[in-house]
Amino acid sequence: MPDAGGATALRLRNLRKEYKDIVAVNGLDLDVRRGECFGLLGPNGAGKTTTIEICEGLTAADAGEVELLGLHWKSGAHELRQRLGIQLQETQLSEKLTVLETVRLFRSFYRAGPAPAEVIGLVQLEEKQNSRVGGLSGGQKQRLAMACALVGDPEFLFLDEPTTGLDPQARRQLWELIERFKLAGRTILLTTHYMDEAERLCDRVAIIDHGKTIALGTPRELIASIGVEHMVEFSSGEARVDLDALRRLDGVREVRTENGAVQLQVSELHRAVPALLDELTRQGVPLTELRTHSATLEDVFVALTGRRLRDE
Amino acid sequence: MSEHPLVQLTLVRFREFIREPEAIFWVFIFPILLAAGLGIAFRNRPADVLKIAAVTPELTASLRQEKLLDVQQMPPQAAADALRTGKVALLVEPGPGGSAVYRYDDTNPEARAARMLADRAIQRAAGRVDPVSSSDQFMREPGSRYIDFLVPGLLGMNLMGSAIWGMGFAIVDARRKKLIKRLVATPMPKHYYLLSFALSRLVLLVVEVAAVLGFGHFVFGVPVRGSMVDLLALCLLGSVSFSALGLLIASRAQTIEAASGLMNSVMMPMWIVSGVFFSAARFPDVVQPIIKALPLTAAIDAVRANMLQGAGLAQLGPQMAVLASWLVVCFVVALKLFRWR
Repeated sequence: MPDAGGATALRLRNLRKEYKDIVAVNGLDLDVRRGECFGLLGPNGAGKTTTIEICEGLTAADAGEVELLGLHWKSGAHELRQRLGIQLQETQLSEKLTVLETVRLFRSFYRAGPAPAEVIGLVQLEEKQNSRVGGLSGGQKQRLAMACALVGDPEFLFLDEPTTGLDPQARRQLWELIERFKLAGRTILLTTHYMDEAERLCDRVAIIDHGKTIALGTPRELIASIGVEHMVEFSSGEARVDLDALRRLDGVREVRTENGAVQLQVSELHRAVPALLDELTRQGVPLTELRTHSATLEDVFVALTGRRLRDE
Repeated sequence: MSEHPLVQLTLVRFREFIREPEAIFWVFIFPILLAAGLGIAFRNRPADVLKIAAVTPELTASLRQEKLLDVQQMPPQAAADALRTGKVALLVEPGPGGSAVYRYDDTNPEARAARMLADRAIQRAAGRVDPVSSSDQFMREPGSRYIDFLVPGLLGMNLMGSAIWGMGFAIVDARRKKLIKRLVATPMPKHYYLLSFALSRLVLLVVEVAAVLGFGHFVFGVPVRGSMVDLLALCLLGSVSFSALGLLIASRAQTIEAASGLMNSVMMPMWIVSGVFFSAARFPDVVQPIIKALPLTAAIDAVRANMLQGAGLAQLGPQMAVLASWLVVCFVVALKLFRWR
């Protein structure tokens, strides 16, 4: 059912895409509501980029349906291109052009949108507008890519790993930019393998693994769904630890070891930590390190798949 | 108007070209340097004066009557050494009974010429009168010199090189950087992208042709006997044909290395066989039909006929047909193959 003015901006149904040796997208369903910022979260190779490029009309799906702003790529490609803003993962803009020349070029493709100078102001590159793209830092290049995505005044913005490879300050600047765009009521679909990014920016996230959605919801719901609120991690040097004894402790849900450290998923931190310390003393295990943190989307992924997001 | 996508894309082409100093060198400076170098190396010198040696004062005096000989008198041993080391082409010695002996290498054309001149001088000095009087008329007209042959060849080579390199590198580089993919993700009409290359090529073409022709004309007096409008039309046709060939070469290549290998393997044979530096007629008759079907041969033949023989477009039908065929075939195939990502 097409619903041009409806609440759904993007609807994916049973999407499939196979490459020679791998099934990149394996029967994916997804609904993105108008005005929300939706995150596709998953490790490298999970199928995030293939999925977003199918949505952007750059890759053809083998099977399944894509409905975007009530339109389909087969019949409404030209209209869709006018209404989308796209930032690709690996684009290198021409190094010999200046920032202003680049934005003017992209602006010329759209029938409506803000003036180039205005967009450059929005991404805070005014001082660099006459500099060559080749001389920009990584974060500035990424903001220029964002300017090129925003220059057609898009209703729907696709961002593929917008902050990968940036330093923390540049990431924060980009997040602020995305948040301002969200406030304007536009729809965003972004992919990322940074949990903090998804937790900060996304209203809802889908966790993707091997081309399938394995969890869907708000970051809070997903974290709550694994039933643990906190993670406790400790190291004990060379000493052996009796893990079964730890599993029987009050408030401990699950115990795993990773790189010599022991990790406990815990629902009640204030009871679990004293109990853990008592137990370790009883076992005669010396403690070299102890850390606790609130559960994150990363922990959700680990709980669901037994792997870390950035294992590969 | 200036915010029209086609204008913006074409401006981008210019900016990228102008901000690449190497490209300017290869397109504008290099052909001029080449023409200058070859023009100087193969310039028409005054007729050579031949160096010879004589061993007696009498022979030397007789021989000096001939203006085309530079005669040195030397002792016999020094003269023999000079002949052996090639410092002189001929050695004249007195023989028995007032005769003259010529020592020279008969396989050396200069030495044979020197022998005839020396003999004539000695016979005349001894009193011979030529029965038929003769006079010389020299043909040193512009149009028949090597530089006149060379400039149209360089012009053709330049048209090919700048079209294929200009097209090939820019497209493959944009594809490698995923810039083509990014542009396809905008509402940009795809044909504008290709058209922007054609438009920028046209403007650069005028500058290129003017640079090579102007240099040839003002420095070496190379003539343009045909119509200038025809000549520009031929260059235009040649340039778009080569651009189509460049588009075809760049239609799938993913890396600069792959593209540059392809470009060189397409252009190198044509530089050799298509008559840039020497006439294509030197190759065997069997391969002539193939050579004539090459776009560079057609372009150079047509430009040369226009400039040197003053041929009009009507006489250049076969060459123009060859160029037009390459244009259509390459363009259609390139559009089918073109990888927009």
